[in-house]
Amino acid sequence: MGECLLITIQVDMHDKLALALQDDLTAKIYATGAKGVLLDISALEIVDSFMGRMIANISAMARILDARTIVVGMRPAVAITLVELGLELPGIQTALDVERGMQLLRRGIGRHDVDG
Amino acid sequence: MSNAACNCCGAGSDATTSMDNPAVIQLRNEHDVVAARQVVRTVTQHLRFSLVDQTKMVTAASELARNTIIHGGGGTMQCEITQRDGRDCVRLVFEDQGPGISDMSLAMKDGWSSGTGLGMGLPGTKRLVNEFQVDTVPGQGTRIVIARWK
Repeated sequence: MGECLLITIQVDMHDKLALALQDDLTAKIYATGAKGVLLDISALEIVDSFMGRMIANISAMARILDARTIVVGMRPAVAITLVELGLELPGIQTALDVERGMQLLRRGIGRHDVDG
Repeated sequence: MSNAACNCCGAGSDATTSMDNPAVIQLRNEHDVVAARQVVRTVTQHLRFSLVDQTKMVTAASELARNTIIHGGGGTMQCEITQRDGRDCVRLVFEDQGPGISDMSLAMKDGWSSGTGLGMGLPGTKRLVNEFQVDTVPGQGTRIVIARWK
């Protein structure tokens, strides 16, 4: 499906890089008219509050630009830590891996608003 | 010096050696936050913390390193391997000479933020560690000590 963007984060991002990703991604959604965004964070060893906010921002920005975001590949240790930190990422759709995320986008499941 | 190499956990060193030589990381910009995370990752791996415990300690370090830079105007993180009741322990000390925290009870309230985060900073970080201590003097700076043991 040509309407999806796949973003794979492969490095331990510093904060300015995370902000640059927000800018680049929104520009890319606008330029391509993508309807879906898969954000693959399987390589991320931690997600702290700043990165959590970035993920929430990306999802919200994409939604305003008429694209759905699905966060895929979060490691179990990251999920445990995020919840203890108090960041439960309400309204963020997730899938265990890229393939399942892609299926979710393709089927248009949860096309209704998921505002938390 | 944004040095990711870990002085207290070099190859071949053991915990006894490292106690004599805690690592100090300068915290001035976003690259130093990454360096601080890497040091804590290396040390907790070295001590064979579980993956979840490694992740919690690295995340806590990331939160506090960023606070030191954003709210404290920069400072240092000291990373020390120590013992707590016979268990291997990682102790991190974050120090800055910034404006300090004027209302500690407010800063420790879940959901409160001075503006740059989600309000999870201090109370959230406290939940990730075994020990959490804040000393702050308005106008003089802040010192936060956290520890996690196996």
